Amino acid sequence: MENISGSIKKKDHEAKINGSALYVDDHLMDGMLYGRMLHSAKAKARITKIILPELPEGYLIVDKNDVTGVNRVAIIIHDTPVYAEDTVEYVGEPILMVVGPDDQVVETILHKIVVVYEEKIPVLDMLTSDTVFFDYNYTKGDMDKALAEADRVFIETFQTGYQEQAYLETQGLIAYPQDGRMTVRGSMQCPYYVHSAVANAIGCEGKDVQIIQDVTGGGFGGKEAFPSILACQVAVAAKKANKPVKVIFDRREDMEFTSKRHPSLSTYKVAIKNGEITGMDIDVLFNSGAYTTLSAVVLQRGLICANGVYRIDNLRVGGRAVKTNTVPCGAYRGFGAPQTFFAVEMIMDHIAKEMGLDSLELKEKYMVKQGDSTSTSGKYHFHVPLPEMIQRIDELTDYRAKRKQYQQQIGRYRKGIGLSMFFHGCGFTGSGERDIIKAVAKIRKNPDNTVEILASNADIGQGLKTTFCKIVADTLGISYDRVYIDNPDTDRVPDSGPTVASRSLMTVGGLLQRAAEKLKKEWQEGKEQVIEEHFVEPDFVIPFNLKDFSGDAYPTYSWSVNAIEVEVDTLTATTKILGAWGIFDVGVPIDMNIVMGQMEGGFLQGIGYASMEQMDYNAKGIIRNNSFSDYIIPTAVDVPNLVAEIMNNPYTHGPYGAKGAGELPLVGAAPAYVEAMENALGANLNKVPFTPEDVMKILQGVNT
Amino acid sequence: MMINFILNGQKVVSTAKANERLLDILRTEFACTGVKCGCKEGECGACSVIIDGKLVNSCMVAMGYVESCTVMTIEGYRKTERFAVLDTSYASVSAVQCGFCTPGMVLASECILAKNPNPTEAEIREGISGNLCRCTGYNAIVQAISIAAKEGKGLW
Repeated sequence: MENISGSIKKKDHEAKINGSALYVDDHLMDGMLYGRMLHSAKAKARITKIILPELPEGYLIVDKNDVTGVNRVAIIIHDTPVYAEDTVEYVGEPILMVVGPDDQVVETILHKIVVVYEEKIPVLDMLTSDTVFFDYNYTKGDMDKALAEADRVFIETFQTGYQEQAYLETQGLIAYPQDGRMTVRGSMQCPYYVHSAVANAIGCEGKDVQIIQDVTGGGFGGKEAFPSILACQVAVAAKKANKPVKVIFDRREDMEFTSKRHPSLSTYKVAIKNGEITGMDIDVLFNSGAYTTLSAVVLQRGLICANGVYRIDNLRVGGRAVKTNTVPCGAYRGFGAPQTFFAVEMIMDHIAKEMGLDSLELKEKYMVKQGDSTSTSGKYHFHVPLPEMIQRIDELTDYRAKRKQYQQQIGRYRKGIGLSMFFHGCGFTGSGERDIIKAVAKIRKNPDNTVEILASNADIGQGLKTTFCKIVADTLGISYDRVYIDNPDTDRVPDSGPTVASRSLMTVGGLLQRAAEKLKKEWQEGKEQVIEEHFVEPDFVIPFNLKDFSGDAYPTYSWSVNAIEVEVDTLTATTKILGAWGIFDVGVPIDMNIVMGQMEGGFLQGIGYASMEQMDYNAKGIIRNNSFSDYIIPTAVDVPNLVAEIMNNPYTHGPYGAKGAGELPLVGAAPAYVEAMENALGANLNKVPFTPEDVMKILQGVNT
Repeated sequence: MMINFILNGQKVVSTAKANERLLDILRTEFACTGVKCGCKEGECGACSVIIDGKLVNSCMVAMGYVESCTVMTIEGYRKTERFAVLDTSYASVSAVQCGFCTPGMVLASECILAKNPNPTEAEIREGISGNLCRCTGYNAIVQAISIAAKEGKGLW
């Protein structure tokens, strides 16, 4: 283990464990009002009339007419209204906000408001959508030739469902006007995204907006774009009231009406000739929901990962993110990759079965190695540690032997084991980092020789305050206690980009390391010194072109192999997870405990996605699984034997050899789990979540 | 009607109505903001407090119930020697991530150890199974409680 990897007490430990850390809902301000949103009850309708009750003194209604700037939220495409105009496009779309000094009175007023809708027929099923938001296609080699010459073509469609981030702290923000400026503070991942959105909605210059991140109770992508929407609504309310306004979502509101992972349908046509896979023709459909938010970039990543970790010479990949009258989907840890990795891992498994091979045998045959070409004709520039990972998994689990042993079981309890292999492309897709984000980070040495880190990346639990400080302290050769970082405040920190895409440590951590190296050289005792660093793309990167999806989509990749072992009770259709093992390469861990916490936590979220996290809407487009009673996430007893191990594979261009970590562990759990279920049930499966109800259907099918 | 109870070792009187949530009153009237609201329906455990030695979700407790009870929140518990042991053990394995479940999780840890100073891993997992954590995957928290059981000999 490298020196830097030794764990240290986290910077945020004390305040969080003793309960003194202040999250947004813990803040009170003089004269603060409470806001609650009136959400559309219809999936598609024209609003013909809104009947308001008489408002007590001090209470007000805030809606589209109060938006002093543009009534659109600046995300990638500006299509999400701040407040609904004449129409609503999904159940939950914000129509107006009731604001006032007493939360319960606000609630009472909310219930007295009558909205008269002229209902229209909503499009709920993505297969019937008539609006394609994004449509991408790319090719490699000659797919038509591969299909024409194939002696066999496998065709199968795979389905994945919603996944809700289920961060423990719901969405919440406070906005307050002060000295002609607007401040918004609260729970978020990306202060500068919120900054641009608020300036656009209230119609002021960037200098008149201040965004402060408060201690944030988890994000997982759910606080990437959504806080931009809520911030516009709260800022508009605070401007109208000319007072601080706080909005905290309740759990049901958060689960039903905030962004989640895109449901998907992926159809794979795989050409086989002389027992060799010669090509994959892949069609991916993502349910975007009613507005575009982040669907373009989520889809891009999903498509780039569509052939998994396999060397496929002929590829044709097409994908569409389509509009439906459902809640807009957005970022969630993995960002499009869990959907296509599930599909490709399962089709490899199914092809192997048809060929009379074990899936691992087939997968090993096509696994990429260093120097191979990526799906987008870029290059795997660095070592690919999959073979060592497979060997380690086999040592830990006796995978190969069990896999054979579990075929052809009879009796009530049946075991199964499954394996997945996958990567996560580190950082933004394509040239986003170089052309759009252009990250800037600073460190400031104070006259007392303490050093402050100035960056816009938020510690949302992933330990960024600690790992940033460790990098700077170690590089400078000073004690960890002398380096500190506060929650980002756009008045004080440069735009080092958002806290997303497994980029913060690799990219911004790298800038901080360079800044610290410079400061070390120029160090002057007792003086204030500020060092600023700007992002520079590494020279080895083959420039990415989004038009034809060519070049290096990512500078490097984090790698993993997962195995999951299950035992199905064929009487009750319930499944016990006997063990879950993950070997992870995220480069050099900057802090072993922190990285283990990311791997274990992400892996368990992935197992939840695979096995129990079921969310769907009814015929009216209303999400039915809107609470922790109906949307089940793993507890401490669900996967008692979850083992994560780190494989050290330093990345030459990351700080201390680190690369992206946060998202990787979620990406491959679903195929490993479902492959294990197949092994136990002796059937081909093609959907996640794979719940006890699905097991029951298979068992009944087998019985009849 | 006044409601009298003992909060973190102090006798207190609340003017809250008997049907108000203990969670809300602890946070607003008594400024115990370490008691977190995660769902308000008794599912997540973020609002866990200890009432007369038992771990309960304070969102599911009406104020009328706490008359003459002893209520402990993280604000009181953090002053104890037992907390100091858990503080150190949680820190040693970095069991705190976003922190929102943590105060409740620490009080759940206390209740596990108070009942059984040498719990097995399965007993620890069972003991925190009413407290959801979305960040850690629970392994670090389970380890932290198990370390505290070893290091806190005699305290529980």
